[in-house]
Amino acid sequence: MSVLIFADQFQGNIKKSALEAVQYGSKVAQQLGTQATAIVLGEVSADELASLGRYGASKVLHVADARLNELETGVGVKIIAEAVEKENADVIVFSHNFSGRAIAPQLSARLKAGLVAGAIALPDTSAGFVVKKNVFSGKAFANVNITSAKKIVSVLPNTFNVEAGSGTAAVEAFAPSISDADFKIKITKVETVSGEVPLTEAEIVVSGGRGLKGPENWGILEDLAHALGAATACSRPVADAHWRPHHEHVGQTGFTVRPNLYVAIGISGAIQHLAGVNGSKVIVVINKDAEAPFFKAADYGIVGDAFEVVPKLTEAVKKYKGK
Amino acid sequence: MKILVCISKTPDTTAKIAFIDNNTKFSEAGVQFIINPYDEWYALVRALELKETLNATVHLITVGGADTEPVIRKALALGGDEAFRVDADSHDSYFIASQIAAHARSENYDIILTGKETIDYNGSSIGGMVAELAGLPFVSIASKLDVNGTTATLRREIEGGEETVEVSLPVAISAQKGMAEARIPNMRGIMAARTKPLKVIAPVAVDQLTSVTSFELPPAKAGVKLISPDNVEELVKLLHEEAKVI
Ligand SMILES: Cc1cc2nc3c(=O)[nH]c(=O)nc-3n(C[C@H](O)[C@H](O)[C@H](O)COP(=O)(O)OP(=O)(O)OC[C@H]3O[C@@H](n4cnc5c(N)ncnc54)[C@H](O)[C@@H]3O)c2cc1C
Ligand SMILES: Nc1ncnc2c1ncn2[C@@H]1O[C@H](COP(=O)(O)O)[C@@H](O)[C@H]1O
Repeated sequence: MSVLIFADQFQGNIKKSALEAVQYGSKVAQQLGTQATAIVLGEVSADELASLGRYGASKVLHVADARLNELETGVGVKIIAEAVEKENADVIVFSHNFSGRAIAPQLSARLKAGLVAGAIALPDTSAGFVVKKNVFSGKAFANVNITSAKKIVSVLPNTFNVEAGSGTAAVEAFAPSISDADFKIKITKVETVSGEVPLTEAEIVVSGGRGLKGPENWGILEDLAHALGAATACSRPVADAHWRPHHEHVGQTGFTVRPNLYVAIGISGAIQHLAGVNGSKVIVVINKDAEAPFFKAADYGIVGDAFEVVPKLTEAVKKYKGK
Repeated sequence: MKILVCISKTPDTTAKIAFIDNNTKFSEAGVQFIINPYDEWYALVRALELKETLNATVHLITVGGADTEPVIRKALALGGDEAFRVDADSHDSYFIASQIAAHARSENYDIILTGKETIDYNGSSIGGMVAELAGLPFVSIASKLDVNGTTATLRREIEGGEETVEVSLPVAISAQKGMAEARIPNMRGIMAARTKPLKVIAPVAVDQLTSVTSFELPPAKAGVKLISPDNVEELVKLLHEEAKVI
């Protein structure tokens, strides 16, 4: 018996969401009295691999195959299935990030292993294997029991604080039986949003709505985001009107974010918007209408005109950071 | 070309979320049901666009009781050609995916489309499971889909960027924002939908791998702390000292 964790990388760096999964998987292993093994695909430095020990992995299986630098998820499923067998893993842990959402369900069907997607707590093993997850877009939780012998859990990103400890991991080369024919999906181009903080990984998000009146006014929001080291986001009508790019749209039909801090500027707080942001730890709302529904979901609020408040706030943040 | 679109029924986005039977069941009292937005706006509409440009046939499938029929009729009104309802009520993703895959195996679809996720159970799971069970490659969370002959070109989201990928048909795809723009059914579509075939099929026997033991509602927020617009320094201080997020 063991716990296997898929620690996925992007351009040679283990993703933050993957570290969360490693730490979660290590805690599950502790709970079950067994060890945690992480698996990494593609070319990654020895230091980066060994660092997984600090998040609780006792072993790292490394498939150092350049064909895996970018993830063909079907190949990923095949390799992880082979690792599950080799390690005799009963619990397999993913991040519920983009690659986890692609691989975990395929693996679940292949191994007939029940899957809880988007776990927000460690399993309760007192009666079965019950994992808590968000349902109804964060408006409720469900406790889900996995009844199959093998179990898969994917961890909702930005839910657990990752803390590096002092553990070490043994790195072991792993050569699964894959061939060129397994690569059914050809990745022809990878575009990175460089220079900016990727929205779904950001710890702070500054978001704007129709209250900002037009794309030419986004400078004040970007200044604040810059001062805070935050990613920028927007409400749906803003993206629909092409004031901002579509990949910034958060909410029910856009991205779901759960940063430590979400600053909403000139957004009314419609339920469909809240659905994508209500997992944020702290919400700040800046809106000139004291009756805006967003204030009901907020921790801190300023009733005022964004065009006056936001530049002042940026200055205050800069002053505080300068100290 | 034959396309299958997986349609699920979800509570309207504004529905009040409450539970009954000792917090084991979602309370449907007064709740309006809609087609899951990702299934309708992106998966179905893109399938209909391909139908128009490539002369494809669009089939719809839902796994659910008779109460899902209004939702599947609406999908027919938008332009689906034929619908299938697997008569079973379950929230186990593996069970649902097995039903869809069992049907798919008998029809030889070129493309199977699902939404990115359901907005009630939020699994993001069924598309990948169907792909695996039907033996197809899977492109998840795709924001663009073009078909040229027997090759599909897609864009999919990854952490910090986007990928362009190519794959030979047949393929299974989960669709998100960007793939198409929402449509509204017209009167002619609504009339036509009444006579389009909706076949009810019996479920195949498969195990369920998960079960919901209970639901919970989140604790209520403590309430907003208002800060004067003339004292933004106070907000910065609170975010640092009290909330500890900056
Ligand atoms: C099925 C469905 C799915 C949807 N999905 C999404 C989704 O994913 N994401 C999403 O965002 N929306 C979504 N919507 C739309 C949603 O219902 C709202 O219409 C939308 O969120 C409103 O955007 P907004 O807050 O930017 O604009 P508005 O509602 O117009 O609000 C603008 C706000 O700005 C304030 N304001 C104006 N001037 C100023 C100023 N000078 N200073 C400060 N404040 C000011 C106003 O008081 C107001 O509260 C969806 C709707 C449906 C039906
Ligand atoms: N009961 C169902 N019947 C048919 N398709 C479904 C059903 N439930 C989910 N799906 C499809 O699978 C997608 C992902 O659902 P989920 O894995 O529950 O998030 C949805 O967007 C639908 O396209």
